[in-house]
Amino acid sequence: QKVSVEVLDHLEHLALVDFRDSEGVERLQKAIEFADQLHEVNTDGVEPMDSVLEDRCLYLREDDVTEGNCTKELLENAREKVEEYFVAPPGNIPLPKLEERDTFLQGS
Amino acid sequence: LAPWVPVVGLEIHAQISSNSKLFSGSQVQFAAPPNSLVSFFDASLPGTLPVLNRRCVEAAVMTGLALNCSINKKSLFDRKHYFYADLPAGYQITQQRVPIAVNGSLSYSLCIDNKMSQMVTKTVRIKQIQLEQDSGKSLHDDTRSQTLVDLNRAGVGLMEVVMEPDMCCGEEAAAAVRELQLILQTLGSSQAVMAEGQLRVDANVSVHHPGEPYGVRTEVKNINSIRFLAKAVDYEIQRQIEELENGGTILNETRAFDSKLGCTVPMRDKEGKQDYRFMPEPNLPPLILYDAKSLPANMNHQQVINIDWIHERLPDLPSVKREKLVEQYGILPEHSFALLNEDGLAEFYENVVKQTRMKPKRVIGWVLNDLLSYLKQHSLTVKESPVSSALLADLLNLLEKKEISSTAAKQVLAELWKGEGKTPLEIVKEQKLQLLQDEKELEQICQAVIDRQENEVIMMVLG
Repeated sequence: QKVSVEVLDHLEHLALVDFRDSEGVERLQKAIEFADQLHEVNTDGVEPMDSVLEDRCLYLREDDVTEGNCTKELLENAREKVEEYFVAPPGNIPLPKLEERDTFLQGS
Repeated sequence: LAPWVPVVGLEIHAQISSNSKLFSGSQVQFAAPPNSLVSFFDASLPGTLPVLNRRCVEAAVMTGLALNCSINKKSLFDRKHYFYADLPAGYQITQQRVPIAVNGSLSYSLCIDNKMSQMVTKTVRIKQIQLEQDSGKSLHDDTRSQTLVDLNRAGVGLMEVVMEPDMCCGEEAAAAVRELQLILQTLGSSQAVMAEGQLRVDANVSVHHPGEPYGVRTEVKNINSIRFLAKAVDYEIQRQIEELENGGTILNETRAFDSKLGCTVPMRDKEGKQDYRFMPEPNLPPLILYDAKSLPANMNHQQVINIDWIHERLPDLPSVKREKLVEQYGILPEHSFALLNEDGLAEFYENVVKQTRMKPKRVIGWVLNDLLSYLKQHSLTVKESPVSSALLADLLNLLEKKEISSTAAKQVLAELWKGEGKTPLEIVKEQKLQLLQDEKELEQICQAVIDRQENEVIMMVLG
């Protein structure tokens, strides 16, 4: 089953990835086929495991202040800053619709 | 015209009252220099991992128990993905699959027709309570077309309390939230001050005709006070009814409440349906809680949270406190509501009662009418009252012993408000407000008045 253009477009919006060319899409396709092999296992009546850590003890930390106060270090890598604030664009800039953007998917 | 049934549900985010954040050791504090309360984990720098704060778990368990929830002995953490400048990781750690508490209830009271004397009790079901991270703060600078981001709040622990759509109007929503606020403050799990963003409420509103399926709902955000919550909900209900009666449709959208205009407007940045791509948080094992029965024998105390231990130590909830006040002092339920509605007032009242012989039923009038209205007029809290409970008790004792009249007592109180350090007795003597008990003296005064006004007396006697 091929992944549809709608799904690819949706993924590009959600994750801000760019499938760039047919090779990228093919790689995605192969990855899904590889993962689909999981369906060959009968899991009726088996509790899903979502982490190999499931039997580990979740460590609880005491409510003490032990970190922070490193504004300068944090802002060191910021390209732009204003008085110790990080600077970001005004709100999310949505990815343009499929018809309007320059993506390989257009041709599909 | 067929009647409309409004349906209101609430999603409430309460900031947990703790020293440090949910998954890191940076400090939780309102108003601090930007980005000064931020650890490497909060800034989502690579190589950092979440470490759960025990106090936050206890706060959530306390709150769950107070709201009659079932506490899940095993709960899980998940990642909720979306992009926004104040969410540096690109996801929020929350509890989507199995939250810490489910299936509770909250009882609250309403006055019918605005008459304090007629109160009715309602219940709203609590769907769940989940632990999750708060995001940072965005300051929008429209003039320079940029957003300034402060991550001080990023990672602070939140309890999201989801209330089922059992409410039908702004008044019910406001009363439910007010009661929740009082409960959280009594428990100490959250200070729940809306003005400081410690309690945020989103309302889900829809309308339908009786017997028909629920209508499309809208989500209303940006509600900054309990008063505005009632207004926002009522406005949105009206807007939807008008829209539908004019043949329009309701969009499943997110709207913001504009407090200046008193209306809701569509929110930008909320285009289309969000796909949060929930996945288990791979860095956190399940959260296991214990009770007296399941307590493991040889585990480090510090690593164990015992639900029963917490249950035993829950303080009296507001509803219980109110019942006790009514029973102990013979006051009316609406009096107990008013006492608990103001921080420190119940304590003040009880202190006055302890120090005076006046019956508690009589004292309540002085505390709720005279004292409270003065405080309200001058925007003072009970703590800031220039008249202490001892001072008021002194005054009421004079009244009780009939050394002064009721009117005189009010005069003395007005003088006491000035906070000049005089005692009630001193003021009574200064202003000569003592009631005359001596009959002979009274006779002399009356005679003197009659003698002075001879003409008027003759006129009266003649009819």
